[in-house]
Amino acid sequence: MTATPLAAAATREALGPALISLQQSGLDIMVCDADLGNSTTARAFREQFPDRFFSFGIAEQNMVSAAAGMATMGHSVFVSTFAVFAEHAFDQLRMSVAQPNLNVTFVASHGGVSPGEDGASAQSIEDIAVMGSLVNFRVIVPADVVEAAAAVEVAARTPGPFYIRTARAKAPILYTDGPRFELGKANVMRDGGDVTIISYGMLVERALAAAELLAADGVDARVLNMATIRPLDVDALEAAARETGAIVVAEEHLTHSGLGAMAAQTLATRQPVPMEFVGVEDRYGESGTWSEVLEIMGLTVPNIVTATKRAVARKA
Amino acid sequence: MVYGAKSGHIGGSLSATDILAVLYANVLKHDPARPDWPERDRFIMSKGHCTPVQYAVLAELGYLPVDELDTFRRSGTRLQGHSVLGKPPGVENTAGSLGMGLSFGLGIRLAARLQGLDSCVYVMMGDGEQDEGQIWEAAMAASHHGIDRFVGLLDRNGIQNDDFTATTMGTEPLDEKYRSFGWEVRSGVDGHDLGAVEEALTWARDVRGAPACIIFDTVKGKGVSFMEGNPKFHGAPPDDEQFAQAMAELADED
Repeated sequence: MTATPLAAAATREALGPALISLQQSGLDIMVCDADLGNSTTARAFREQFPDRFFSFGIAEQNMVSAAAGMATMGHSVFVSTFAVFAEHAFDQLRMSVAQPNLNVTFVASHGGVSPGEDGASAQSIEDIAVMGSLVNFRVIVPADVVEAAAAVEVAARTPGPFYIRTARAKAPILYTDGPRFELGKANVMRDGGDVTIISYGMLVERALAAAELLAADGVDARVLNMATIRPLDVDALEAAARETGAIVVAEEHLTHSGLGAMAAQTLATRQPVPMEFVGVEDRYGESGTWSEVLEIMGLTVPNIVTATKRAVARKA
Repeated sequence: MVYGAKSGHIGGSLSATDILAVLYANVLKHDPARPDWPERDRFIMSKGHCTPVQYAVLAELGYLPVDELDTFRRSGTRLQGHSVLGKPPGVENTAGSLGMGLSFGLGIRLAARLQGLDSCVYVMMGDGEQDEGQIWEAAMAASHHGIDRFVGLLDRNGIQNDDFTATTMGTEPLDEKYRSFGWEVRSGVDGHDLGAVEEALTWARDVRGAPACIIFDTVKGKGVSFMEGNPKFHGAPPDDEQFAQAMAELADED
């Protein structure tokens, strides 16, 4: 197990402050909460703008359809709860929000296996597949708190629905010089010519750590932060395949239905190359610290290294 | 429409027809020439399969050409089998999956209140739809937030998709349920007595400090003898012979 660099902030901590500053800057924000506003940090908005903050109790389905109704009145509506509870309102996200293409942003905190100790029921390892299946939805997973704030702002300023997954665990800041988030664009975190490791969210930092270890072994790995999963940056994907000849996808999600599956489908027609996948195999999680659960699920730096070497070895 | 399309939900459309006719003609604040008028009242069709009556009313008022009704459910039409927001203008919500309309209307009313608009939001629901848990989430939230000018129109025709509502899932007493959720309730209103319908709608619009629910007693398939109270005509079109008879019976009523 690798040592985690000094913890800085959790991506979920971006939400409340970002919403407050966006409302102060003149945007027309409404916030809907389902009894988890302290945890998602959305509740901070209530202190500043109590008449724009709506408590719906532990009733996600009503909250999502009501948010859609609010959006028809011209507001940019933010809904937040835990990622697993977003799935509780799937049809409401589909019919009330996605089909009419309304300005509702779902910020789903405690994404991935970050709720570690809470166990399997609290860990969202299928939300990218579920929300990625919704037409019109943009799906974003920021890699640090800086990128999370930028993603919230883009969602507030861009018409149509968004799903933003944030995490509970504190993680290092990668964008120390400020955000480089651009909707629908992959971010090159490290250049390299032998292979490309594509990741998002909390695993980007681990992908970078893997790339360092690989460099010591003479493998020059590019690392892409695919913060926007839908719409997928197919051009960056194709360029990575063409220029480096092999792709590894590392994600805090089920491998059979996450970014890896979407990337493989894209590359199958555009630029087929050897691919390897580091993610959750067909299983649910269990209790443990976040790092322990990542380990149990196989989402580790050594596994990324091994998969990357395998991909490189498969190059023609 | 339903006969032409060879599919569609005629029973729950006919049970709601008198209510919608009175609402749009005499109570709802709207303007067919300005479907996006911000100060308008909103009509939300939560039982989104009952598009035949919704499209017919909107066509009668000029939101769409009457001829367009013949395109109902056909390839290329704006008039899908279940309601789609904005198609045509005047349709305020997307529906089909039951139970969401009350929540959607709640969001509209909460936003309208924030904006200082007195627009009233009317949500039409089925009685079978009351099986959905989301209805009760919305009912609870509406009174929690103390909104008024928020009106539930419950078309209690006693029949849902497969069978009678009482057989499928007992939801009564609906009046007591809504009262206990903090709503003002009028029940036992004859949904086919135009005067009674208008009186109840006016009452509900003017309730202050709480949401209001009108429980209309209606007859599924109203106006067509062989459809009335017949679960077979929830989602099935009439055949040629039945269509001829239905049109004759409805013409006689006029």
